[in-house]
Amino acid sequence: MKASQKILVIGNGMVGHHFVEQMRQSDPQAEITVLCGEANLAYDRVYLSSFFDGKTVDDLALTTLENYNSLNINVHTKQWVENINRQEKLVITKEGNEYGYDKLVLATGSYPFVPPIPGNDQAHCLVYRTIEDLEQIHSSAQSSTVGVVIGGGLLGLEAANALKQIGLHTHVVEFAPQLMAVQLDEQGGTLLRNKIEKLGVSVHTAKATTEIVAGETLRYRLNFSDDTFLETDIVLFSAGIRPYDQLGKVADLTLGERGGIVINDQCQTSDESIYAIGECALWDKKLFGLVAPGYNMARVAASHLIGGDLSFSGADMSTKLKLLGVEVGSIGDAHARSEQCKELIYQDPIRDCYKKIVLNESGSKLLGAVLVGDTSDYDTLLQYMLNDMDLPENPECLILPSTGEAPALAGNALPDTATICSCHNVSKGDIVSAIDAGACDLGDVKTCTKAASGCGGCAALLKSVVDSELESRGVEVNNHVCEHFAFSRQELMHLVKVDSIKTFDELLSKHGQGKGCELCKPAIASILASTWNEFVLDTPHVGLQDTNDTFLANMQKDGSYSVVPRVPAGEITPEGLIVIGQIAKDFNLYCKITGGQRIDLFGARLEQLPVIWKRLIDAGFETGHAYGKSLRTVKSCVGSTWCRYGVQDSVGQAIAIENRYKGLRTPHKFKLAVSGCTRECAEAQSKDIGIIATENGWNLYVCGNGGMRPRHADLFATDIDTQTLITYIDRVLMFYAKTADKLQRTSVWMENLEGGLDYLKSVVIDDSLGICAELDAQMNLIVDTYECEWKKTIESPEAVKRFRQFVNSPEEDTNILFVQERNQIRPATESEKKAHKHGDENRIPVVEINQEKSNVLA
Amino acid sequence: MSWHNIGSLNDLVKNSGVCALVNEQQIAVFFIPDTPNEVYAIGNYDPIGKANVLSRGIVGSQGEKLVVASPLYKQHFCLDTGECLQDTAMSVPSYSTKIEQGCVFIHSQPNLVTSVA
Ligand code: SRM
Ligand SMILES: Cc1cc2nc3c(=O)[nH]c(=O)nc-3n(C[C@H](O)[C@H](O)[C@H](O)COP(=O)(O)OP(=O)(O)OC[C@H]3O[C@@H](n4cnc5c(N)ncnc54)[C@H](O)[C@@H]3O)c2cc1C
Ligand code: SF4
Ligand code: FES
Repeated sequence: MKASQKILVIGNGMVGHHFVEQMRQSDPQAEITVLCGEANLAYDRVYLSSFFDGKTVDDLALTTLENYNSLNINVHTKQWVENINRQEKLVITKEGNEYGYDKLVLATGSYPFVPPIPGNDQAHCLVYRTIEDLEQIHSSAQSSTVGVVIGGGLLGLEAANALKQIGLHTHVVEFAPQLMAVQLDEQGGTLLRNKIEKLGVSVHTAKATTEIVAGETLRYRLNFSDDTFLETDIVLFSAGIRPYDQLGKVADLTLGERGGIVINDQCQTSDESIYAIGECALWDKKLFGLVAPGYNMARVAASHLIGGDLSFSGADMSTKLKLLGVEVGSIGDAHARSEQCKELIYQDPIRDCYKKIVLNESGSKLLGAVLVGDTSDYDTLLQYMLNDMDLPENPECLILPSTGEAPALAGNALPDTATICSCHNVSKGDIVSAIDAGACDLGDVKTCTKAASGCGGCAALLKSVVDSELESRGVEVNNHVCEHFAFSRQELMHLVKVDSIKTFDELLSKHGQGKGCELCKPAIASILASTWNEFVLDTPHVGLQDTNDTFLANMQKDGSYSVVPRVPAGEITPEGLIVIGQIAKDFNLYCKITGGQRIDLFGARLEQLPVIWKRLIDAGFETGHAYGKSLRTVKSCVGSTWCRYGVQDSVGQAIAIENRYKGLRTPHKFKLAVSGCTRECAEAQSKDIGIIATENGWNLYVCGNGGMRPRHADLFATDIDTQTLITYIDRVLMFYAKTADKLQRTSVWMENLEGGLDYLKSVVIDDSLGICAELDAQMNLIVDTYECEWKKTIESPEAVKRFRQFVNSPEEDTNILFVQERNQIRPATESEKKAHKHGDENRIPVVEINQEKSNVLA
Repeated sequence: MSWHNIGSLNDLVKNSGVCALVNEQQIAVFFIPDTPNEVYAIGNYDPIGKANVLSRGIVGSQGEKLVVASPLYKQHFCLDTGECLQDTAMSVPSYSTKIEQGCVFIHSQPNLVTSVA
């Protein structure tokens, strides 16, 4: 057996610690000794600033003494190494202790550079690198009101944030004409400056500090070369970092011209028994001030020490971070220094963001980017650059605010080799294999790959990859409607059609098992309705509906219901308004104008619904289907009739369309809107179907969504006439009704539709599947057989019978109680109800609801 | 006096629920043909949604158990025992039922809670 190698590591920063872990993992026998210069074992320097959010030293710790002991690692804290004797292969500490080695690893990191300004060594002139530094800042802040950070780079701004958080009035002084000159271009730097100043941090650029002297009003005064000055209590230097290469110097290892211990691709220094990793190492004339490349070097060195063949080949220095709450991203060639490159810039003074992408000469590849104010595109852009992927034809869509056209570079579009987490060197392939090996959620994947447990910058991308991987498997194994039917909604739809099945029971006995549930029943009710359009409250269907559909009203939190009559396109006569108002008054209902341009009446008891609806229907109103998975509203702007800009009658069109589709049942609700011109006051592009008038006809948009995950609708056809418009909408909606999954809005349906918009166009416009005739016929059947469900209900004594609180008593639900607020009713809270029960009526103004005895129809 | 006639079986709705008032108690009554009891009765008050709504939920089965899903937040309650499948601490009372000469009877005393392991 080979004698175990004696490995000595100097420095227990983030990289040194990572090396120790890797080394132990790959060689359980190695004799590993660590000399840690600081009092604390390795901690998370990247999250150092969270110390000021209340994180403790223990929270930041990456390891403990016990942990090192259990890994059989010898560790000595507060051991500052001063010399290396290469001949004897030993190192000597400040205290004079000697430690021998076979292989020596320098992981000494870097130290903050303090510019040689006279007066820089006073008690409250500090730096920002270690836990001890932060403790000093903290104690110094106790007796201070103003702080100045010298240096407006990335770390300087982070330090400024810390000072601001401690409650100091904060200034940033930068020598260069702009902030973050390394990562940002001039425009980006200017925007960042404006944003930071708005947050109350004063920024002084192009200022050279000449001396720090005693102040007149505050502790110190900084004098600048332009004869101006600034007074402060604390000075924090953050003017860059310098590699801790002192040991390389004394041991006569090759150093770079401007510092750094030179290493080769295996991380060996000019002495092959000595390695250097992390921020102290200089590779290909480059220093790497980020943790990810350091971790990579640690892996390479550990691999080389056991005869492995990893090698270091540089690192991407792109960064994304939030500085003082401002999102900033910098990718690759941010300064557009590559030859013949082109810049594409998007500047938005309203949302206050700046985005620039740097392209190669032909515009086909991404070379770099600058993002300030909004880094939501960062992950996508970075992947384009790192994987050298071809850009879409119109690369500007990558940074323009979502027009619905930007191809989402979701996890599934990336090659397996794409690096997802650079801190832990986890590729998409690694994630896929983790999932193959049984990881079944984000947490599992994090645990077994360590992805996103470093700087955390990859969290969003990781989630997207994991989601899309799980989805791609999940959908395969799990698009069954529920435990009772081993079919997807689309398959059930086919079964219903093919076997001419008209009831749930029939479908269950032929193709299902058990008794059904709240998932399959409404889904199948919707399939039956969109196929046969029978009355939803017919006996075989009534038990299938969600309570909202059963009672044709929306249940509220207290068990009462809301009433929403249809108001097509939001157009309503004064008489109509008066009727609604009178009914609301008679039944003491709470009134609210909805976001869908109609009126919602709340607080109706179950037994009141038929009476209320009878009055509405007698006055000419119809159900608004606010409860159904069906058409909600066709929102409209006022259009050419009144509006000076309108080019078509949007209200007339919206009314016609609302009346056409009002009976259609679909996998989820759907909404339309018609705008009279491009000003788009009806917000049509956020609807399932959006229509915008043009000089020549209509532009049709499809598959938009507001709600939880907004999506801009896709432009489907331009300048079409009304006939074509209706034909296209008929087909899109019918195709959606037939093929979407249960509870899938059109937006999600579109995103999952293979071939996407182009495919939908080919089906609807070119009839590529040869089904248009069938879609048209189906829609005509639905339109022709429309009946107002509430009208049918109040005409059927059987159906009305259902609207009773109790089968055996005319009483009301005593748990529904209202109180008065802003001149209308609202549900009583639990404590108001309790007080009411205890007879404390004086304090609780419970409203009498009993205006009219209810069951008159029953 | 402990069995209460709440009316004709015809007043119930197949595969769905209604609510009956028995001794001031709101009881959700479900009629599910082709099952052992056919008629099931549990408390109508949903302790999670804090409203009298269970009779208006969708009935179905979960594994072997007959259940109703609350129309408010969709927790499942077992029709035989009143047990809340998502959180047993939120269980509701269950009542015995019988059908005699086309009429539905409900026992006004809740069944003893069968403790759930
Ligand atoms: C009443 C209303 C709020 C208001 O006071 O303005 C409302 C109320 C409800 N919305 Fe809404 N939504 C209302 C307009 C909207 C809008 C705005 C619009 O339509 O222009 C949106 C975003 C647009 C969209 O859908 O794309 C909207 C997005 C949602 C969503 C999220 C849908 C999504 O795809 O993300 C839900 C949840 C769901 O449907 O699953 C929801 C669900 C609900 C429910 C049904 C929740 C529930 O189950 O109780 C509420 C029913 C209240 C009731 O009893 O009537 N509501 N809801 C609005 C009724 C409009 C109408 O006249 O019919
Ligand atoms: C506030 C702050 C925020 C940061 N944010 C990010 C970020 O968001 N993303 C990112 O990638 N990076 C960030 N960094 C940089 C990141 O922390 C470093 O890249 C990383 O810590 C480098 O690790 P290292 O082990 O090479 O050096 P260090 O972590 O500095 O560790 C070196 C250790 O060696 C010790 N040492 C040095 N010389 C000797 C000696 N002669 N004898 C004994 N011990 C010695 C030092 O005391 C130190 O403990 C940030 C840094 C700071 C300070
Ligand atoms: S936004 Fe939420 S709370 Fe408001 S109406 Fe819609 S569903 Fe209800
Ligand atoms: S990239 Fe830093 S944790 Fe993944």
